[in-house]
Amino acid sequence: MSANLLAIFYLISGILFILALRGLSSPETSRQGNLFGIIGMAIAIIVTFISIGNFSTGFLYLLIFLLIGGSLGAFIAFKIPMTAMPELVAGFHSLVGLAAVFVAISAFLNPEVFNLGSVGNIKIASLIEMSLGASIGAITFTGSIIAFLKLRGLMSGNPITFRGQHYLNLLLGLSVVVLIFYLCKIQLNSLFWFIILISFLLGVLLIIPIGGADMPVVISMLNSYSGWAAAGIGFTLENTALIITGALVGSSGAILSYIMCKGMNRSFFSVILGGFGGTDQKSTSKNKDQKPVKSGNADDAAFLMKNASSVIIVPGYGMAVAQAQHALREMVDALKKSGVKVSYAIHPVAGRMPGHMNVLLAEANVPYDEVFELEEINNDFANCDVAYVIGANDVTNPVAKTDPQSPIYGMPILDVEKSKSVLFVKRSLSPGYAGIDNDLFYRENTLMLFADAKKMTEDITKNL
Amino acid sequence: MEIDPFIFRLSIFILSIFIGYYVVWSVTPSLHTPLMSVTNAISSVIIVGAIIASLAGNSETIFNSSNIFGFLAIVLAAVNIFGGFLVTQRMLAMYKKKKKDK
Repeated sequence: MSANLLAIFYLISGILFILALRGLSSPETSRQGNLFGIIGMAIAIIVTFISIGNFSTGFLYLLIFLLIGGSLGAFIAFKIPMTAMPELVAGFHSLVGLAAVFVAISAFLNPEVFNLGSVGNIKIASLIEMSLGASIGAITFTGSIIAFLKLRGLMSGNPITFRGQHYLNLLLGLSVVVLIFYLCKIQLNSLFWFIILISFLLGVLLIIPIGGADMPVVISMLNSYSGWAAAGIGFTLENTALIITGALVGSSGAILSYIMCKGMNRSFFSVILGGFGGTDQKSTSKNKDQKPVKSGNADDAAFLMKNASSVIIVPGYGMAVAQAQHALREMVDALKKSGVKVSYAIHPVAGRMPGHMNVLLAEANVPYDEVFELEEINNDFANCDVAYVIGANDVTNPVAKTDPQSPIYGMPILDVEKSKSVLFVKRSLSPGYAGIDNDLFYRENTLMLFADAKKMTEDITKNL
Repeated sequence: MEIDPFIFRLSIFILSIFIGYYVVWSVTPSLHTPLMSVTNAISSVIIVGAIIASLAGNSETIFNSSNIFGFLAIVLAAVNIFGGFLVTQRMLAMYKKKKKDK
């Protein structure tokens, strides 16, 4: 196959990948989009095979390795529970990162194969591209591992900070740049290894200071990095499909990070610098005991909801933790039977990754046209009888609108307090991630339901 | 005067960033999780680099260091390709509309 024809095929798979993302503009077209993505990938792999034309023993090995990886991936894809989706995505990012590192290493050790020159005499441009690809890939790899451990709960979600952390990161970042510079001057193997090692370290250090609820930003950011790493390798290998894909994925992750930051009204840098939501905010909790709180049981809640004409459900991370999405759907079914109008309101940063709540509700067979985004539904709270807050906290806190001193001031929130009554399912009065008290707990129209989200929802269903 | 092919690739890269920008903004927020898993799957097209790395060169020395890194990258990318597309498919299959009879 001629190089030109090959390039055209890569272009076609690039276009198919664009269509795959395009399909996600609505659930109707999304499945078709995914199919485009699969076809694009198949084309890229098959034409690469054919272009090599080496159908000897090596080919057999290749198929074996492909099968090992493929069956492992398929196994994971079918077994993984939907609640574990954030850590799965983080884990997958780490694999892309490591694969980029490996390909870069391979190109560095054997540049002839990729037409990049010869060992010790690699083209300068290719050296820069492959070192950048390897470095970003390495950061993606270890960063995603840390994100995975935090999301999985194998590592505390609390931010880990120490003095001079940011300077250390800056120093490490600069040293990578310097090393790449010297690598171009004297092509010493050890310099290349150092670049990768330092980048591994940098990945760890970048993610440990970032706390649990900032994970939506982190995971989108790592998504973006994995794209840039792929693009770097794409430049090295002069491969259009990789360049297009890298650019798509890179900008996709960047946009998601932006949306997540905006959902929290925080700058990207303040999230990256981390340390938010530590345990040092005791000052705000001192007046907790003085304010009266109304608490109720499943019976009261059922009574309120049964007599309501419209109910809005506000799910949050707590719903994912308690795996309450199915119980919730059953409750809603019971409500609908008695003629109550029910809709769901999703805050952009609810959960641990973009769209986390939507996937869980979809898993519980909630039709997606009953689920609304913040801007779509926020005005409806004023006309709704009951808001059922399950596992959400900070995203409903009216303080964000009223108190300029508050750390979450300016964050867009769901106007839950405007509804006639609020049912707040929570284990205790403890503050949410931002470490601040929720004003909503003490409102006249709020009824606290102290229990596990799933248990409470099931009990309410029984009482309906 | 001739244009360096690098400039062409750079053009493709930058134009693709713009395409990505507009396409991703049109993705509905409720599908952001599938968006992440599918971008993850397609970025594994890095497997083409891995295939070249593992197979090219003289076939007698299939297991020199450069090839081994290629094979390892194939395994990792393959996990991602199959895992990413299948889990996306699984998620997308769950997004249903309200039934008409309700």
